[in-house]
Amino acid sequence: MTLEALKQQAEALQQQQKPLEVSVCVSASCISLNSQKLAETLEQEVRQQGLEAACLVRKVGCRGLCSRGPLGAVRRREERVLLQHLALEDAPRLVAELKDGQPVLLEKQLSFQTAFFARQLPVVTEHIGSIDPEKLDDYLAVGGYQSLLTALTERSPVQVVDEVVASGLRGRGGAGYSTGLKWRTVAKAQGAPKYVICNGDEGDPGAYMNRSVLESDPHRVLEGMAIAAYAVGASLGYLYVRAEYPLAIERLKKAIRQAERQGLLGQNIGGTDFNFAVEVRLGAGAYVCGEETALLASIEGGRGLPRPRPPYPAEKGLFGRPTLINNVETFANIPSILRHGAAWFARLGTEKSRGTKVFALAGKIVNVGLVEVPMGMTLREIIFDLGGGIPDGDHFKAVQTGGPSGGCIPADYLDSPVDYESLTALGSIMGSGGMIVMGSDTCMVDVARYFMGFCRDESCGKCVPCRVGTVQLYGLLDKISQGQATASDLALLEELCELVQQTSLCGLGQSAPNPVLSTLRYFPQEYQAHLQGNCPAGVCNMTKEAVV
Amino acid sequence: MSVHTLLIDGKEVGAGSGQTLLEVARENHIPIPTLCYLEGLSGWGACRLCLMEIEGQSKLAPACTTQVWEGMRVQTSSPRLNRYRRGVLELLFAERNHVCAICVSSGHCELQTLAQSLGMDHVRFAYLYPALGVDASHERFALDHNRCVLCTRCVRVCHEVEGAHTWDIAGRGVESLLVSDLAEPWGASESCTGCGKCVQVCPTGALFLQGKAAGEMQRRTGFLPYLQRMRRGLA
Repeated sequence: MTLEALKQQAEALQQQQKPLEVSVCVSASCISLNSQKLAETLEQEVRQQGLEAACLVRKVGCRGLCSRGPLGAVRRREERVLLQHLALEDAPRLVAELKDGQPVLLEKQLSFQTAFFARQLPVVTEHIGSIDPEKLDDYLAVGGYQSLLTALTERSPVQVVDEVVASGLRGRGGAGYSTGLKWRTVAKAQGAPKYVICNGDEGDPGAYMNRSVLESDPHRVLEGMAIAAYAVGASLGYLYVRAEYPLAIERLKKAIRQAERQGLLGQNIGGTDFNFAVEVRLGAGAYVCGEETALLASIEGGRGLPRPRPPYPAEKGLFGRPTLINNVETFANIPSILRHGAAWFARLGTEKSRGTKVFALAGKIVNVGLVEVPMGMTLREIIFDLGGGIPDGDHFKAVQTGGPSGGCIPADYLDSPVDYESLTALGSIMGSGGMIVMGSDTCMVDVARYFMGFCRDESCGKCVPCRVGTVQLYGLLDKISQGQATASDLALLEELCELVQQTSLCGLGQSAPNPVLSTLRYFPQEYQAHLQGNCPAGVCNMTKEAVV
Repeated sequence: MSVHTLLIDGKEVGAGSGQTLLEVARENHIPIPTLCYLEGLSGWGACRLCLMEIEGQSKLAPACTTQVWEGMRVQTSSPRLNRYRRGVLELLFAERNHVCAICVSSGHCELQTLAQSLGMDHVRFAYLYPALGVDASHERFALDHNRCVLCTRCVRVCHEVEGAHTWDIAGRGVESLLVSDLAEPWGASESCTGCGKCVQVCPTGALFLQGKAAGEMQRRTGFLPYLQRMRRGLA
């Protein structure tokens, strides 16, 4: 399909839009609440009430407010309203009220004007909720693949790289390296063939930003990858997705087939001489495979073990060839950057952290779900304004950002802006975007112990400090949480944290001590209390009599 | 091949491009502790004993896998590095069962020698003492998992030099275990050629010749560079 044909089709599809629309979320969280059946019931109901010609029932991706699912929405021409906690029994009344021009399910309505939605800035998630992830036409109708074909026909690879450099986009996988510079390095690297890899091995506990994007708008990621491939000179790409995301995998595979059939992936894309094929590779459950060199080893068919860098994958990556590896969310930003321009993107966010970031709000927070906000928004705004604060009259104690590699940030720093540098200065990291909110009933020693247990179980075992150090750290934390530890154990804990952080081979080990170090920094009194045999939050099972 | 000049511990040395820091240091008689490294095998970078401080870099770099560059300034030893090295050794000693007095390799053990030379004289961590077995099913050799430090020298020599790939690591993290073939008894391995290279490169008492008593197991690791030279000569 050429660019001209693509634009015409988009216009035609837009004109076919029906005046009424009911949409139902069919992402993992809502599906688990029977939303697939709900969508089918609504379709039946629309047919039975003779509304087929005027009303479309659309299955859409995740709108983020997962705690209120199954989530739906109705659109009556320009007027849109959200519906929460939809049930199968609601279907007849919903359609009837829509047909009669009455307010629909008034008691279940939720305004798009609430802070949760109104304060978001959707870029990566801009089409989520308005398109069916399994229909290429839906993506084309909102301008899909036009960024790719425009790049192929109107810009040189160097110009595309320059645009991404100018946008200031930084990697959304955690480390925050400049995406444009990475592209430039791969573009200039000697060696062929080159590869483009999308890292979809999202494994942080409580985080599901990437899953949601892959399930809700798979074509967007594919388009981003294809643009990257054009920019760096690759013709084969791999999408590495963890096997625990079956729905994302199914939709991706479907999306790849659809795009290939329309000539938007594969040979001679858009009628040009650019070829790019994408293959899906599944992760087999190892967290460490999210680390780029371990991911490469896994795709190559070996054990998922990291190796020392340099050489960086940009120089020697998959099968020893120059390889570009970016995160799902990074690729998902690309079509928008090319469409609206680097200057538009650079205006979003902060000076050093441009654009937006999707966060997964989990734990003790009212609005459990996903939000996309401009970089630089404060933790307080995200947790209290968008997240709705802490439920059950409890108060905020800490927020863990960045998963097992991140740290716990206490209430004193709620007004810190969320950007790469600020979070690092607080002893945490941006990471992939997980935010676990904790209330007063959380014990910080217990939290540190939990995350250390995670890292111990996920250590690949290659390097000594991570393989054995995480076991010893866990043992010390366990001893503390049982009230059996002494001051010298605490000193040993700190010393070992430094050793593991400084000497481990890859990011997993280097960042494994972060939850311990940050809780030691902000909640030292809790550790001291445990030494005395007290767990202030009443979580830990003390095997020692408390000292009164 | 272009030539680089670099500064190791304040000493100016010359190196060819593509050489690793460890190779250059050893050529210049600058001692660097290593455990998973062995001349003649590919670099692995896992024991973390050869970590160096490189000026201008915040992260420590393993000498065995870091290639030299022009003007590089390297510190191979410092109170901080030595503390880390002792810490890594402590972790290793606590991981399995390294009781020297009853070990076949005592007196010829690289782990033991490293502990002595780096001044690691006691272990502050809890000994894990996992219940691991001994595989004595091979007619000439034996494997004692309790002494294994998972350096993978045996895995690499078997794969890279002998070409048999009998050995590999199964499991992950602290549960990693050296296995022959598909975790079968060594004696039942169909791929093992019985060449004994793995036994010769083992740094501890994990792989040994049957019939050796405590302190009797001596190894000849020097055959590897010779073998590599001969093979290059023939090629």
